[in-house]
Amino acid sequence: MHGNVYLKAIFKRNALEKLNMSESKNYRDILEKYEAKREYLVSAFQDIQEKDGYLSENAVKESADYFGISKADAYSVVSFYAQFKFRRPGKHIIRVCKGTACHVRGSGTLLAALEERLGIKEGETTPDGLISLERVACLGACALAPAMVVDGKVHARMTLAQLDKILKGLQ
Amino acid sequence: MDILREKRAEAEREWKDFTSDKKSRVMVGAATCGRAAGALAVMDEFKRLVKEKGIDAEVVETACIGLCYAEPLVEVKRAGEPSVLYSKVSPKDVAGIVEKHLVGGEPCIEKAEAVMSDKPFKGIQTFAEHPMMRLQKRVVLRNCGVIDPSNFGHYLARGGYKGLENSFSKTPEEVIEEMKASGLRGRGGAGFPTGVKWGFARASKSADKYIICNADEGDPGAFMDRSVLEGDPHSVIEGLMIAGYAIGANKAYIYVRSEYPLAIERLKLAISQAEEAGLLKRKFENGFEFEIKIKKGSGAFVCGEETSLMASIEGVRAMPRPKPPFPANSGLFKKPTNINNVETLAAVSSIMRDGAASYAALGSEKSRGTKTFSLAGKISRTGLIEVPLGTKLGQIINEIGGGCPEGKKFKAAQTGGPSGGCLTGEHMDLPVDYEGMASAGSIIGSGGIVVMNEDSCMVEVAKYFVGFTESESCGKCVPCRMGTQHLHLILEKICNGEGEMEDLERLTKIAMTMKQSSLCGLGQTAPNPVLTTLKYFKDEYIAHIKEKRCPAMACSGLITYEVDAKKCTGCTVCERVCPTGAISGGPKKVHSIDSDKCISCGACYQSCKFNAILRH
Repeated sequence: MHGNVYLKAIFKRNALEKLNMSESKNYRDILEKYEAKREYLVSAFQDIQEKDGYLSENAVKESADYFGISKADAYSVVSFYAQFKFRRPGKHIIRVCKGTACHVRGSGTLLAALEERLGIKEGETTPDGLISLERVACLGACALAPAMVVDGKVHARMTLAQLDKILKGLQ
Repeated sequence: MDILREKRAEAEREWKDFTSDKKSRVMVGAATCGRAAGALAVMDEFKRLVKEKGIDAEVVETACIGLCYAEPLVEVKRAGEPSVLYSKVSPKDVAGIVEKHLVGGEPCIEKAEAVMSDKPFKGIQTFAEHPMMRLQKRVVLRNCGVIDPSNFGHYLARGGYKGLENSFSKTPEEVIEEMKASGLRGRGGAGFPTGVKWGFARASKSADKYIICNADEGDPGAFMDRSVLEGDPHSVIEGLMIAGYAIGANKAYIYVRSEYPLAIERLKLAISQAEEAGLLKRKFENGFEFEIKIKKGSGAFVCGEETSLMASIEGVRAMPRPKPPFPANSGLFKKPTNINNVETLAAVSSIMRDGAASYAALGSEKSRGTKTFSLAGKISRTGLIEVPLGTKLGQIINEIGGGCPEGKKFKAAQTGGPSGGCLTGEHMDLPVDYEGMASAGSIIGSGGIVVMNEDSCMVEVAKYFVGFTESESCGKCVPCRMGTQHLHLILEKICNGEGEMEDLERLTKIAMTMKQSSLCGLGQTAPNPVLTTLKYFKDEYIAHIKEKRCPAMACSGLITYEVDAKKCTGCTVCERVCPTGAISGGPKKVHSIDSDKCISCGACYQSCKFNAILRH
């Protein structure tokens, strides 16, 4: 029961955010690619998130039904993994690498600059829903630190001048 | 193997043609790091110009050759001449290279890094003599950056799947003996002898057995596995098949990080190629049948622990469980399971192809063979290297890596990521092998080496690592969950100049408790960065506590910046680089720093050409 109350609170915040990205109405197409065996639970959630950008309350519920487990059980699994998001992300996603090599080469400054320029903290989305700012575990581009990813594209040897250029291009 | 005979003959013809002297060719290194540096734009430009000028040259994509500091790297070969490796090629360099080299026959010396031949060419040094390459011995990385990783034929032509053929001519027990004779030890970090591990899984009786390739390379600062998967995926698949044959497993999972999209793409392609060639999902004459599935990780560092990884594949929270039972007896879905890391499997295929003896001849007495390392941080030549185990730390840092850039002084090298420890200038003669590293209180781990110079504060570095393990601790056992939190809190306190001498004892006590009583490797090794920095850099801790001073001038809580009005020329550079907008002034006016907004990042200090920023 407690799990459900917590879930509701989290998803309620989502409902308040008016963004133009729409959540899939039907998850059956994705779910039915998988046998209803528990080992496919995480894979199915990965596919849903890839499509929607996050996991809505509905997505968790429908998946739990499909795999024959409780909603709380499903939520306990996905909430364990850093990859899953329960709030709708912005149109563009900037992810700053927090790996060791990036750390010693100034990813902290990069993040501070992003927070200042966007007016949001790590893990948040700009009020207009344009940009989400996240941190990501090591990208493996350590030799070209500091690195960040914008909408899936890796940018290496980041400088503040480059950052401003990239931000200008995001609309 | 009969099924490969025709394909191999064809592949060898194709490879001969591909490498033949008669053809012109451009090869662009486009692994993740190359792409991040802009390799795809460079490749497009080459394609465009070659087509536009009607030059008879193929433009091919390859993976990472390891010289990541010099990315994007491009090899240009003109018919009848050896191939020249160019570094830091930008799209605007392409026209010059095409015009001068491909058309005119004169290599662009100023951009040339090396020549891929055994003799120097027009004054360009050979690749083998390149300072980063001289001490290297490439076994696992034999194909990386050499072949087109999406071309199955390239792998076959270079002896691919011969290791599997050789394995099939032996009994599974003989393969395990061969593995023991090679001396190969698990390259994921623990260094357990691979042959012995296989022996356990072989001895378990069950109709179903699993083999898992751990490709969830989670150590921040390590990218060896990514490079292998991106550059030579078939070497891992072949290794998996050999392991499957040896232990009697018929199903395999490759558990790979979702942060590595290109590696996943290459693996998928390679698996489909192997299926098409009849290597997978088909019964061989000896009865062996094998299937490989890919599982994408979801960002949990604790999956480096094998029992967590298996839990993750089963679709539950990735928490470790006590051992025994060991995976070899009861692992994935309660079946006997063997887990090997990417690099181990890539080494397996090479050992079974060339024999255990040639592999065992490399390395030191108890640590045989080679190991890949990723060099990152404040080192001149960052990149991916492979050296015989037992190579000295100083050789790796100074000769291969070229030491610290900008004439700064080397301070420490963190090895083994958050589970490892730091080594100092005193350790330059230390042999980098399992025993040598253990004697210094560190580990090889998966092979990440992050170099720190005089500007890095070791207390802050320890804080960074503990912060990492704190957020990655799964929370199941108390010593790790609470221990990482408290280590982090104390280190934060010290970095802010609020520490007391008793904190040092507290740190040691918590660290030892965690080492002895945590459930899995994550908690047992998480205190290592704290313990080694305390051992080698205790004076830095004491300076933070007693003098409220950060000797490396890195802890933002202990430093303030201000503008020296006499020296400031009003050039506005600092104003532009300040991430938080704390600096104001305007052109030709003396600038000032708003201490409320300043986060003490030091960006202004580093960028000022007139030494007008004062640091206290």
